[in-house]
This record gives sequence, C-alpha cells and structure tokens, in this order.
Amino acid sequence: MKIKITPAIRAETKRESMPVNYYIFLAIALFCIGVAGVLTRRNAIIIFMCIELMLNAVNLLLVAFSKMHHLALKATNPNAGIEGQLFVFFIMVVAAAEVSVGLAIIAMMYRNTHSVDVNFLNRLKH
Amino acid sequence: MTKLVYLVPLFPLIGFLINGLFRKNLSKSLTGIIGCSVILASFVVSLLIFFDVKKEGFEPAVISFFDFIHTGKLNIPFAFQVDQLSVLFMLIITGVGFLIHLYSTAYMHGEESQHFARYFSYLNLFVFSMLLLVLGANYVIMFIGWEGVGLCSYLLIGYWFKNIDYDNAARKAFIMNRIGDLGFLIAVFWMSSQFGSVSFGEVFARAPATSTAVLTGITLLLFVGATGKSAQIPLYTWLPDAMAGPTPVSALIHAATMVTAGIYMVARSNILYTLAPVSQTVVAVIGLATAILAATIAIKQNDIKKVLAYSTVSQLGYMFLGLGVGAYTGAVFHVMTHAFFKALLFLGAGSVIHAIHNEQDIRKMGGLKKYLPITHITFLLACFAIAGIPPFSGFFSKDEILTAAYSKNPVYYFIGVAGAMMTAFYMFRLYATTFLGRFRGTEEQEKHLHESPAAITIPLIILAVLAVIGGFVGIPAVFAPNAHALEHFLSPVFADSVKIQEAHEIPASTEWMLMLVSAGLALIAVIYAWSRFSKKPELGEPQGFGKILSNKWYVDELYDAIIIKPVNALAKFLNNVVEKSIIDWAVNGVGRMIQYGSRQIRLLQSGQVGGYVLLMVLGIVILFIIQLVLKK
Repeated sequence: MKIKITPAIRAETKRESMPVNYYIFLAIALFCIGVAGVLTRRNAIIIFMCIELMLNAVNLLLVAFSKMHHLALKATNPNAGIEGQLFVFFIMVVAAAEVSVGLAIIAMMYRNTHSVDVNFLNRLKH
Repeated sequence: MTKLVYLVPLFPLIGFLINGLFRKNLSKSLTGIIGCSVILASFVVSLLIFFDVKKEGFEPAVISFFDFIHTGKLNIPFAFQVDQLSVLFMLIITGVGFLIHLYSTAYMHGEESQHFARYFSYLNLFVFSMLLLVLGANYVIMFIGWEGVGLCSYLLIGYWFKNIDYDNAARKAFIMNRIGDLGFLIAVFWMSSQFGSVSFGEVFARAPATSTAVLTGITLLLFVGATGKSAQIPLYTWLPDAMAGPTPVSALIHAATMVTAGIYMVARSNILYTLAPVSQTVVAVIGLATAILAATIAIKQNDIKKVLAYSTVSQLGYMFLGLGVGAYTGAVFHVMTHAFFKALLFLGAGSVIHAIHNEQDIRKMGGLKKYLPITHITFLLACFAIAGIPPFSGFFSKDEILTAAYSKNPVYYFIGVAGAMMTAFYMFRLYATTFLGRFRGTEEQEKHLHESPAAITIPLIILAVLAVIGGFVGIPAVFAPNAHALEHFLSPVFADSVKIQEAHEIPASTEWMLMLVSAGLALIAVIYAWSRFSKKPELGEPQGFGKILSNKWYVDELYDAIIIKPVNALAKFLNNVVEKSIIDWAVNGVGRMIQYGSRQIRLLQSGQVGGYVLLMVLGIVILFIIQLVLKK
C-alpha cells in the first residue's frame, strides 16, 4: 500500500520518540475504564478482568515514565530510568498472586451459591 | 478552766450524735438521761468558766483550734472567744436549756421512743449550734452557728412532720431566716474585703478608721440578718406560725435563745453600730415599730401560744430599741430576764395544754386556778415580770431600756410606754381568761384536769424564782449607786462604745418620774385587764377593728400577694416554658438527632460489595483532590 509522505510525517520520523502525553492519556483512559467496570459489573470474573485492566494501565504508565527518564539522562548514565521497568515486574508478580487467590475464592463462592453474582454476597449486612 | 471552753459545745454535740444515731435502740428514759445530762454538764463547765471570767482583771481570751479557711490573704481560724458577753449567753443557753430538756422528758413522753430520741437529738444539736454562735471569735464561726440554729428550728417546728400545715410553717421559718442570712453573708463578704479579716478583734480595731458610709452599709446588712433571725419587721411572720412545734421547742428556740441571736450579734458588734449612727436609728425605729405592731396583734389573739409568740416579737422589738439607743447593757439585761419569764410562760402554757389534752384556744379554758395550782402561781409571777411591775425582773430591764430611749428621744419613750401598757393588758387578758372564772371546756376534760408531774413543775418553779429575783443584778443607779452588777460585769465589752457615745445624763428626779409613769401605767393596765376579763372573758369572734388585729393586720396576705404569688408565677413559667419546652427539647433533641443520624449511617452497611468498593473509590478521589488541588 502506498503512503503519502507529508511534511508532518517527515517531521515526525525525525524525532526520537512519541511525546509521553500520549502514553499518560491512554493509561488514564484504561484505568478509568477499569474502575468503571469494577463499580458497575455484577459478574465476579468480569470484575477481576477490570482489576487486571487497572493494574496493566499502571504498568503502562510506569514503562512510559521509565523511557522518558532514560531519554533525559542517557548521557550521564546508560542505565538511567531502569527502576520503572523493574517495578513493573513486581506489579506483575503481585497481580498473578492476587488472581490465583481471587479465583480460588470465586470457585468457593460458586460452590456455595451456584452463581458468580456479587450481589448475592450480602451476608456482611448482619 | 477557760481553756476547757471547747467542752461546752462538745457535750451537746455528743448527745446529738448518740441520740441521733442510736435512736432506734435507746429506751425513752435513757434518751432523756443522755439528752439532759449533756446539757447539765455544759452548764457546769459554763458556770466554772463564769467564775473565772468574773475575777477582776480578766482579759478576753481567744482560743484558736485549727485553721478553718486559709487561702491567700484570708485567714479564718476556728476560734472561740471567751469574754463576759459570751459567758453570760452561755449560762442562759445551757441553764434555761437544761430546764427545758428536763421539762421535755415529761411533755413528750407520749411519743414513740425513736421519735422521742429524734426530738432530743435535734434539741441537743440546737444547743450545740447556739453555743457555737455565741462562742465564735469571728463572724464566720458565728454564721455557722447562725445557720445551725435556723436548721434546728426548721427540724423542730416540723417535728410532727405528718401534718402538712406544720411542714409549711417549718419551711416558712427556714426561708424567712434564709432571706435574712443573705444580708448577713453580704455583710461578712464586705467586711472581709474591707478589713481583710472577719475576726472580731481585728474588725473592731480597724473600724474607727473606716468611712461611716461603709460602716453604715455593713451594719445595715448585718441588721437585715438580725431581722430574719430575731423576727423583726419585715421578716417576723414566721414566728407566730412556728408555734406549730412542740411547746418546749417554742420555749427554747423562739423565746429564750435562737431569737436572741440577733441581739447577741448586734451587741457583739456594738462598736460598729456606735460608729454608724444612721444604722442605730434604723435599729431603734424598726425595733419600736415591731414592738407596737406585735403588741396590737397580741391583744386580739385567742390561741394561748400565739399570744405568747406575738409577745416575744414585741419584747424582741424592745431589745432592739435598747440596742438602737445605745443601751447595750439594757438590751442584754432584757435578753436575760426575757429568757426567764418567756420560757416560764411558754412552759406554763405547755403545762396547761398538756392538762387539757391539746386544747389551745383560751376561750375554751378558764378557772384552771384550782386545778393547776403550781402552773397558776408560776404563770402569774411571769405575767407580773413581763408587765414590768416592780420588783419583778422585767421592770428593771424594761425600765433601763425606756430610760435610755427617753434620753435619746422622748418620743421613743412615750411610744415604748404605750407598748408596755399594751403588753401588761394582753398578758393579763391571757392570764384572766385562762386561769380565772369558770371552766368553759367539756365535762370530760374537766374530769381529767390535774397538775403536771414533777419534771414539768420543777423547771416552772426554778424559772419563776429567777423571773422574780433576776432583776436584782441590774439595780439602776437611782436606787443605789454602783449596784448595777450586770453593767459592771459587761462594761469591758461595751467600753469602746460608751466612750464614743455622748452620755445623756438625766437628772435623778426625771428618772424617778419615768419609772413611776411606766410602772404606774402598767399597773393600771394590769388591774383593768384583770377585773374585766375575770368577770367577762372575750368569748366571741372579734368585731370591727378587732378583726383587723386578730387577722394580724393582713400582713401575711400582703406578703402573699406581693411576693409569693409573683415568685410562684415566675417559677411556674420557668418550669413549663424554659425547663420543659426549651431545655428538655434541646437535650432530648440531641438524643433524637443522634438516633436519626445513626439510622442513616447504618444504611452504609448494606452488605453489598459493590457499595463498599464505591466508597473506597470515592475516598481515594477525595484524597486526591485534597492533595493535588487544595494543598497547592
């Protein structure tokens, strides 16, 4: 397919990378969608998916900032901005652990009530 | 011996504690023995102290026990002052008190043993408080005793508490006392701020250097306290109602001792009054007015105790007249003789009431002369004493006051003599209606009339002897120079006042004339009343002007309309509007609000997981806002 090379595109390819704002907006959008999902959905598994969505939004943000710092401090320290990416690994570990426990709870919930509807779990009222 | 003065109030206090705490376990005879013997012990100690004080060159002793109030610059020790005035009052209180205790053992024998013990414990507490009053070395200790006697008066007037009228009379006495006490307290506060101390010695030493206006204010406020305690205008209406109590109580408290507390206080503060002539005039005028007012009311009373009650108010007026014209010794002399003959009159009335089984209306008595001989003779002697017939005791003391009144202002003398005539008249009206003529009661009562037992008649006889010869300690100078033993005895107490006062010397001939006039007029009144009422006793209801007198000049009704009704209306308003609608509404409203709030907050705990998560998210959003926006 043929792409017309406009001056804007040429200017774009000359820069080093995308401005970090784009990543921030995307992360915020993903996070808000995740929050909205947690608050409104009734199916426990869908709520879990939305929680994962929130966590991944945070991961995205961390990686974007890490790249931003690296580009800014590349001259003095070739390993600048590596902390962000390290933290992403930790978050992924925690997310995995939390999902395993959560799914176990959902399995117990299904066994007791034959449903994964969180509105059934209002025994805390007493 | 003076060092042992603390024993004098201590014995009655012990009697009060024993009779009060063990009243359910003590027998009546044991209660009577404890109650009377502690007063007798106090009397013996007082007598020994008296002999000490009587010696030449005795210096007033202030014996301090401990620091009662000690804050900053104000130091009020718990101290007793032993001097001539306090030892004289001690003798009167314990002596007459002992006789009345003895009398009470027979008079109250119809009571149950625990109420009998309650009576004696209250009587002992009263004697303790009264002794505290006269022994105190500063105004605060005096005030403790002052309040204590007011309390005991309330307890004893309302002794037969099951009768609501008696309870009301007791409350009336206490409340009117309290109104006077407010004046007393303000005076004490003023004194402590002005002089830095309330001890007699220091106050009297610093008084001459103080402005007359301040002294007038302090003395007038003290006198307000005295009007409450000693039943003067305007706070006298409680005393006739106080006759609801047992007769020995009326004799002790409302004749011989408590009502003389005001006289004692003014006599003790004599230097303050001498330095404030305006207050002295006020004291004299109010005393005189009270004397006349009460005498007019007594003329038309038909209850034997009410006549004596108004007579007491009237005689107290004379005592205040004496204080107001500077005759301090005369006033104290009259306190002493009045204690004798008024206690005798009340005890005699009690003996009569006891014999007729609680009938108190003199229109239903009469002719008791032959049934109650001892009571009759002693009552007659007391009537002569109070009428001021020489050589009985009342003549000497009343004459001393009237002579001093004449030298201050002849008008006082003439009005005083008019009052003395009225006194003689109503006393002999009482005597003749009660003891002479024919017995007007029922046949049943007549069969049971008998003389009272020894425990009643012996105090009557002793008091009668004192009422007859008691005047001889105060023989005035016109009869025999330097024979006024009481004046000589009390001179150190009043020396400062006597120095400042202008000495009005009356020529001896004038004094003889004054004496003859007053004694003569009194004798005429006696003879008139005796002859009129022994032949035709007043049996009907009073008519015309007599109705006003018998209704006490409608003073009680006046107080009711001016003071009591508005105060009650205010109280009702405060209760219904302020208390119920405003304060209760607010307090209950707080409770209602909390209940409402908790109901709403409980809805948070719905058990819905979604709800909980929503709250978490909201909390985080709020924290973000605070952190990023508000805390820039």
